[in-house]
Amino acid sequence: MIQASGLRKHYGETVALDGVDLHVREGEIYGVLGQSGAGKSTLLRCVNLLERPTAGTVAVAGQDLTALGDGELNRARQRIGMIHQHFALLSSRTVAGNVAFPLEVMGVPRAERRRRVAELLALVGLDGRGKDRPHQLSGGQKQRVGIARALAGNPSVLLSDEATSALDPATTQSILALLKRLNTELGLTILLITHEMDVVKTVCDSVAIMSGGRIEESGAVADLIRTPGARLTREIFPLPEPAPPGVVTLTFTGDPGRPVVSEVVRKFDVDVSILGGSIEELAGGSAGRLRVALDGAETGAALAYLRDCGLIVEVAGETREGRAA
Amino acid sequence: MTWEEMLPLLWPATVETAQMVGWSALFTVLFGLPLGVALVVFDRGGLRPMPALKSALGFVVNIGRSLPFIVLMIAIIPFTRLVVGTTIGTAAVVVPLTVGAVPFFARLVETALREVGTDVVQAAQAMGAGRAAIVRKVLLPEALPGLVAGLTVTVVALIGYSAMAGTIGGGGLGDLAIRYGYQRFETLVMIVTVVVLIVIVQLLQSLGDWVARRLSHK
Repeated sequence: MIQASGLRKHYGETVALDGVDLHVREGEIYGVLGQSGAGKSTLLRCVNLLERPTAGTVAVAGQDLTALGDGELNRARQRIGMIHQHFALLSSRTVAGNVAFPLEVMGVPRAERRRRVAELLALVGLDGRGKDRPHQLSGGQKQRVGIARALAGNPSVLLSDEATSALDPATTQSILALLKRLNTELGLTILLITHEMDVVKTVCDSVAIMSGGRIEESGAVADLIRTPGARLTREIFPLPEPAPPGVVTLTFTGDPGRPVVSEVVRKFDVDVSILGGSIEELAGGSAGRLRVALDGAETGAALAYLRDCGLIVEVAGETREGRAA
Repeated sequence: MTWEEMLPLLWPATVETAQMVGWSALFTVLFGLPLGVALVVFDRGGLRPMPALKSALGFVVNIGRSLPFIVLMIAIIPFTRLVVGTTIGTAAVVVPLTVGAVPFFARLVETALREVGTDVVQAAQAMGAGRAAIVRKVLLPEALPGLVAGLTVTVVALIGYSAMAGTIGGGGLGDLAIRYGYQRFETLVMIVTVVVLIVIVQLLQSLGDWVARRLSHK
């Protein structure tokens, strides 16, 4: 749905994007995670050409935006919704007036506008607030107005520029739930950028980790967690790094109910001490990471058994492939 | 001079001042608003960056702003004659008043428009709004309280300019104060015109502040 290739963006000497490829599939929620200054905001703004990339191409819904003239680009942008960290609502307009803005730009007749605005406000849970002014709303409500406005043109894609970063945790969760619902009900493809791991954990199907203008790692969340040494896994489940030599880190996805650790202790001559770990509910199911120390004659066999159970087993001080058990 | 003698002078003078200021304020908005918009739109990083044009406009505006009004008024007499066919009377005064106030108001418009956040402008661009729609539906409405405040300051300045314009035959309160209060030593006339001017300025400023506050939804 979004295909960006070889994106570079220079501001004088500064390189904000250093060759970025991005592929967002239809109907998924794709998160770009990174610190401020990593280039994620520039990347997002290159997708609807608010920033024109120095090099590279961007296609949305099969249309190469970088090849379009001004008028065509404006029409293409009407099919790409965008929401903003600080909401960017017009203080000179009411809530309904803000949602009507893109419809006016598109030349929708007044009666049709009124009907559509009511529909959009209902969709985001703001029935009857149309006559309010933005400054009378809470942050979460303002972002709902922003979302209603972004959906006015029936977009296939929604771009979210740190949409929850100015909100408190409870409001963040309610906005994320709304985005997830729109994703499911409308089949809306969402590309969001964030510096909050919680956002990625809660809603993202795929993720790209950015740093220094490059994508360091990208893919489906479930696949990345199963990739030994993935940065995403380390960031979702923070454990002291590096682990002391010989200490084992287990990563598991899917059913957390299976008592593999006690199975190992019963089947093999080993003692297991748990050093740390956690289980997280992710958008695609639960996953966990456990750091343990194994001691005993059958340590090697125990590790092999854990691998057979489908766990990712990493032994500190060894290569990623691990020694042959 | 008694009150009975003064009132027939005071009332027409007040009406003349109101006419001079009213017409020139109207023309100032007509020319100054588009000029102020142009200063923002053509600026580097504006909606349609044309730095050379913006510099040229800025230069012209600065010339207008650097001339003392009394000098400007006399310097443009040929232009005034060209536009209204005469150089004396209320109509003739509207020309230098407008020429003097347009650059002043244009700068205030520019400042007010710059106060509009880049985030709302970019949000409008992201929604596919063209430049004309952004000026009409975002920049001007969002800046409206600031524009009203700028207009208030401009009208007050115009009242000051109009007093000077009186000296070249424009009439009005300034003319009255100078001819009677200064040249004929009628201190009462001087005091009364000053009081009338103060009251007018206070009322206008309060009205402007009130309207700007009503329009602001921050």
